[in-house]
Amino acid sequence: MVWGAAVALVVMAFACLWRTNAGPTLEDRILAVNVVGTKALITLVLLASIGGHGFLIDAAIVYGLLNFIITIAATRLIETGRLRGGTTS
Amino acid sequence: MLEIAAGLLIIAGAFFMLVSALGVLRLPDLFMRMHAATKAGTLGAALVLFAAALLFGQLAVSIKAVAVFLFLLLTAPVAAHVLGRAAYYAGVELWSETVLDELKDCYDRTSPQHGGPVMDRAGKIGAESRPRGDC
Repeated sequence: MVWGAAVALVVMAFACLWRTNAGPTLEDRILAVNVVGTKALITLVLLASIGGHGFLIDAAIVYGLLNFIITIAATRLIETGRLRGGTTS
Repeated sequence: MLEIAAGLLIIAGAFFMLVSALGVLRLPDLFMRMHAATKAGTLGAALVLFAAALLFGQLAVSIKAVAVFLFLLLTAPVAAHVLGRAAYYAGVELWSETVLDELKDCYDRTSPQHGGPVMDRAGKIGAESRPRGDC
């Protein structure tokens, strides 16, 4: 059953990849990448609980962190046209 | 007993993740898709993470699974807010049958800055780009 859920989540992630291709706006693509990242995180947690591999939970933590940073950085880039809020450029 | 509870949680969580994936695929505009992806997606993730925390025998790993859930609970609304804000300023079109847009008179979404706040070099928002009127 845990295997079934993991496979279903992978299928859902690939289905959401269609939205990254179809758009129609840039924000849609960012949202779809975020959703795919969340589904991959949950798949990692399920795989960890299947095999009893605790280290996959650490990988899931890093995945969630990267997912958040990617969303924030890409959104800031398209909203303000730059990544840095400092004094240069 | 524990495994039955974890199984039910996993089934419920996978169902909510399915709802969020269907919403991302099928709903008509970006903001509705964000509605599906953030709420249903976070709830499904939370249920599956609690199930995984139950299934793990070791306390340390279970605590890490709960930590992932807390992190997701903190970051998903922030990411959704930032994305929705950027999309609204950038003039992403609402669904044609939208009945209420309370921010419609606040920002000029056709201006060169797309109605969004103009930032200076320090990243501060200038007074000239505050929302108009009573907003």
